[in-house]
Amino acid sequence: MRPPAAVSVVLALLPSFALPAAAHGVVGKRFFPATIATDDPFVADELSLPTVSTTRSNATADEPSTRETEISAEFAKTLTPDLGFSIADGYRILEPHGAENRYGFGNVELGLKYQFWKDDAHEAIASAGLGFEIGGTGSTRVGADRFNTLTPAVFFGKGFGDLPESAALLRPLALTGVAGIAFPFQTGTRTTTVDPDTGDIDVETERHPNVLQWGFTLQYSLPYLQSNVRDIGLGAPFDRLIPIVEFAFETALNRGSGGSTTGTVNPGLLWLGQSVQLGIEAVLPVNDRSGRGVGAIAQLHFYLDDLFPRTLGRPIFGRDQ
Amino acid sequence: MRALLALALAALAMTSGEAFAHAMLERAQPAVGSVVKSAPAELRLAFSERVEPDLSAVEVRDASGRRVDAGALRSEDDGTVLAVPLAGALPPGRYKVVWRILSVDTHVTRGDFSFTVAP
Repeated sequence: MRPPAAVSVVLALLPSFALPAAAHGVVGKRFFPATIATDDPFVADELSLPTVSTTRSNATADEPSTRETEISAEFAKTLTPDLGFSIADGYRILEPHGAENRYGFGNVELGLKYQFWKDDAHEAIASAGLGFEIGGTGSTRVGADRFNTLTPAVFFGKGFGDLPESAALLRPLALTGVAGIAFPFQTGTRTTTVDPDTGDIDVETERHPNVLQWGFTLQYSLPYLQSNVRDIGLGAPFDRLIPIVEFAFETALNRGSGGSTTGTVNPGLLWLGQSVQLGIEAVLPVNDRSGRGVGAIAQLHFYLDDLFPRTLGRPIFGRDQ
Repeated sequence: MRALLALALAALAMTSGEAFAHAMLERAQPAVGSVVKSAPAELRLAFSERVEPDLSAVEVRDASGRRVDAGALRSEDDGTVLAVPLAGALPPGRYKVVWRILSVDTHVTRGDFSFTVAP
């Protein structure tokens, strides 16, 4: 027998469904690669196709443990040397334990980013951006929201090439970071069901909190080491590797789940080709709410400014950087 | 919107063009951060892409900041190597190389490194 009409609050945090965004850029002597799990501070002409991720969630009261795989793409274009936009989408495959698989697209995501400060001598950059997830463009079967979400964010990048000679071997290090708040256009979704046998009405309310999305990456560039610090004799492909660790988190801010944080730590490797970049990272959940076991994410990334320097790979307005 | 993304990808596939990349310093002689026993006659920089020698600049300075490079840059190996003449035999000491390169795809890259002459 179903319980009498009740309001149940379902706190939904979907840490693994934020589409990765990536850009690459040059500040002073430093080439910053495109990062996979977190967004970095650059605007650029580029294409991530594909980004493939696979993780497993723990069982909850409403859902069994589920293998979640996503294949996504993102296209980014410069409008001016410092202003760019992006469009991204992904196809999701959900494999819940003991239940039928679900397939479908996620919501389309648009982005706008502006690089407002750059310091070549100190290999530093800061930018601001706005993300917009278009609700209803994806399938609710795979968790795509029906409402829009707006996410203003700030980004920074800092290379450590200005360290003193005594710390020269640390100069290839770089740090990038991002912080933004996702504001859903709908604070809650109410679902009403009627028991056909008893006529009882069951009302469930899923609350949608504002979410602080934050993260950073720590990178050690072997190309930077070889070109600016010390040639240690690395040959291909090692001379183009950047070991990296990405930290990607989401913290709910209100509506009953304030302070609840999920996220992953992603150690991996990026390889810089002439006009493409390959990346692969392990995905390690930071707590039970974030997932279970070790996942993985990999990306093939095209530098359109190198592939098509005179057409698609240059700003629509203004000169190149 | 999904159709727009697919169109962009299709346009990408059909657009032809020669691929270039940012010119990265791959090797130097003397090597980056090295200690050499004999003074080099010239500095050689090998890049990952062809560069424009007339629109690039390389400076070599000693520990007091005095420039020790002399003469115009010379392009070799199909434009991927720049040879930098030096002003005579370099005395023992530490030298700093600062380079700014324009690759043939119009991208600018820059860098610097040191080497030491210690007979």
